[in-house]
Amino acid sequence: MRTVEPWVAEPLNAFVTESSARLTLLMTSSGQVVAQHGFAGALDVMSAAALGAGIMASSQELAALMRWPPFRIMVHQGRAQGHFLCRFQTPRGWWIGLVVFGTDTSLGLIQLFFDQLVEQLLAATPHEEKPREVLTADFEAELNASLRALFGR
Amino acid sequence: MSRTYLTLLDPLTRLVGARGAMIVSAEDGLVVAEFLMENVKGSALAALAASLANRVARVVETSGRGAPRFMQLQAKGGSVFVAPAPADLILVLFTGPETAAGAARLEMLQAVERMG
Repeated sequence: MRTVEPWVAEPLNAFVTESSARLTLLMTSSGQVVAQHGFAGALDVMSAAALGAGIMASSQELAALMRWPPFRIMVHQGRAQGHFLCRFQTPRGWWIGLVVFGTDTSLGLIQLFFDQLVEQLLAATPHEEKPREVLTADFEAELNASLRALFGR
Repeated sequence: MSRTYLTLLDPLTRLVGARGAMIVSAEDGLVVAEFLMENVKGSALAALAASLANRVARVVETSGRGAPRFMQLQAKGGSVFVAPAPADLILVLFTGPETAAGAARLEMLQAVERMG
């Protein structure tokens, strides 16, 4: 497990242990990775984050088009693997969780323990620091710093 | 929520000490129908009950006893009864300590038969 924000590690570790999730990715709504568990490479993480944020963004547009409230949870379920996507609000803005799970757990358990993860993250968030905007000028430096934190490179 | 499933749960909720009854998708651990007292979080109970039922079923089947028909967990504050049902569903009943286990078992097995 790797995290950009150290206070995310403990709640995420508890979630992974309890839910038996195969892969877990926490990101901001713009696709910036906050923490990951189970991914082997930086490329996989960045692609999954971009796709997860993209799916969530397009579903919000769909909901807006239909005049529905925004979706909070989306699930793609296959025979051997499922994908759980959930957006939630934190003091640092909207975050998205992407969880890949197999047949050794269930969607109900993933949902249950993800709700607990969100509660624990909200309790653990340091409130003193205001959310930072990622500016174009330092985007590459931010990205490289995140990748070093996530993969130790 | 399906009226048929709610009708099936009705006799269970009439048992003395019943706190709630649910029909849960066994594979997903999601609520299909529920009758629960207030302040009981159905989604959490459904997920945990389905997980428990699946694990117990695996243990019983591995020991060569076939698929389990009925499970009871007894605690100081009450019991949880679980019965596998057709169509990959499970029936779950939560009771207080005053509920007669025999009556609960009978009602649950009858409900499972009606689901078939």
